[in-house]
Amino acid sequence: MFATSNGNGHRRNGNGTRPRGYSAWDLVRHGITGSDWPRAWREHDLRDHYDVVIIGGGVHGLAAAHYLAQNHGITDVAVLDRSWIGGGGSGRNTSILRSNYLTPDGVRFYDRSVKLYEHLAADLNFNVMFSQRGHLTLAHNDASLRTMRWRTEVNKLQGVDSEVIDADEVKKLVPYLDTSSDTRYPILGALYHPPGGIVRHDAVVWGYARAADAHGVHIHQKTEVTGIDVERGRVTGVQTSRGRIATGTVLNATAGWSSLISDMAGVAMPVQTFPLQAAVTEPVKPFLDTVVVSGTLHVYVSQTDRGELVFGASVDPFASYSIRGSLEFSEGIAGHVLELMPALSRMRLLRQWAGLCDMTPDYSPIMGPTEVEGFYVDVGWGTYGFKAGPVSGEAMADCIAAGRPPEIISAFGLDRFLAGRLVGEKGAAAVGH
Amino acid sequence: MMLLPCPWCGPRSATEFRFCGEAGEAGARPDPATATPEQWRRYLYLHANPRGWSTESWYHGSGCRRYFTAERHTLTNEVRSTTAAGGAP
Ligand SMILES: Cc1cc2nc3c(=O)[nH]c(=O)nc-3n(C[C@H](O)[C@H](O)[C@H](O)COP(=O)(O)OP(=O)(O)OC[C@H]3O[C@@H](n4cnc5c(N)ncnc54)[C@H](O)[C@@H]3O)c2cc1C
Ligand SMILES: [Zn+2]
Repeated sequence: MFATSNGNGHRRNGNGTRPRGYSAWDLVRHGITGSDWPRAWREHDLRDHYDVVIIGGGVHGLAAAHYLAQNHGITDVAVLDRSWIGGGGSGRNTSILRSNYLTPDGVRFYDRSVKLYEHLAADLNFNVMFSQRGHLTLAHNDASLRTMRWRTEVNKLQGVDSEVIDADEVKKLVPYLDTSSDTRYPILGALYHPPGGIVRHDAVVWGYARAADAHGVHIHQKTEVTGIDVERGRVTGVQTSRGRIATGTVLNATAGWSSLISDMAGVAMPVQTFPLQAAVTEPVKPFLDTVVVSGTLHVYVSQTDRGELVFGASVDPFASYSIRGSLEFSEGIAGHVLELMPALSRMRLLRQWAGLCDMTPDYSPIMGPTEVEGFYVDVGWGTYGFKAGPVSGEAMADCIAAGRPPEIISAFGLDRFLAGRLVGEKGAAAVGH
Repeated sequence: MMLLPCPWCGPRSATEFRFCGEAGEAGARPDPATATPEQWRRYLYLHANPRGWSTESWYHGSGCRRYFTAERHTLTNEVRSTTAAGGAP
């Protein structure tokens, strides 16, 4: 396929151009002169041919473009988005990063992503504000404690820091939690994952966009894909709202919309689109420095650097492409948060929103080639795909450059469903994302 | 609040119902005695995911506890018609 070079994702091995660096001196200079900062990525005319067309300008599409250029020297790449980059799930998620999954395939994969996130700010020269504040999944019954013990053992075998702690230790980490035994669902313990945390999601998207742009990748916003041309089982082009693009390689990275794009290429996928909602409160002084998740109560809480509390839950109860928030959601979440932290009863919700999630039967992604030659997918990101942006971009770039999936994503192929080889992650991903 | 018109109980809050996915021919269950593993997995996993009108099955769990078929637009959540499973009430 393409000539391959072997990059490992670190910037020093890159072979493309790096964007002009941001520095403390720049900050002072712009502060004094009040001059505009240079645009982080450029606009281009749409060409009628690209070597690779990536559909979807979320973290997945942009990371794939960046690693194609940086690790493989493939720079004749276009990223198309129907709206603006980061306007999909990548700008709507609650940005929880972690790797304490349940299956060895999942743990290994997400751990690589956390590792890439750890040096992403330096690699992209863009502050992504990754805060590894620790991640707690509460257990309110014996069954959850059992699954958590199982998860810790799988995690430790893969070298991931993870342990089960008891209610007293939970109380020490999060003093505001009601750990008494006279609640409806008393807290028995928790799965504690110290390297987990939160990140600034927009910054990750913008950082990848800026780096990809510097390598020569074209980012086309407000460019909607309306059709995919397939001739004799091979991709030959993409129809867009701004004209046709001839190409032999297409990557579908459109998450909630991904089955619509795959349908255009005639590829059936086991994906159902569900809305997922989240909400934030007014800002208060910092008091919560971990991420707290309760699967039993269908709720999770974290506090941003600005002091707002971010609340999330599991997906809406029926499939839909609507991104309207609902009263049932905010009512439900308020009730459940108060069961965990009664002291928050006077806080006010500032806003709520929704995003689309492409749910798969096993709560694992679908990555790699399809039966249509040249048509690749990086989808099935459901409620948990933001954390996987870096590793997916890296792996999909390898996959496109070599024409076959690298080892790290070999379990996630589209063929696993009809072959009956599911990668069951529901227990570790349904609420915790 | 979204209202769903149950053919037996009339318009009720959507929270009273359970969404059961694609209805009709496409969602039909193959005969387990003769289906191949592949046919069975297609039935389990591969469903249409339209952005537009969709014909689907719902269960009124907190009401009459009966199944019915609804035509719903998945972008606006507008419900155009509901039909009782096994004929009108
Ligand atoms: C409320 C909420 C909370 C979440 N919390 C977390 C979390 O804590 N941790 C986590 O890891 N994940 C979380 N997720 C999931 C995460 O947001 C997604 O899995 C991830 O952002 C998917 O990224 P993506 O780049 O694949 O897709 P997206 O960011 O959704 O990008 C897809 C892009 O495709 C574009 N597109 C669609 N159709 C077309 C077309 N026809 N032509 C051109 N472009 C098109 C869209 O405009 C969109 O910008 C959450 C999601 C939501 C909604
Ligand atoms: Zn009814």
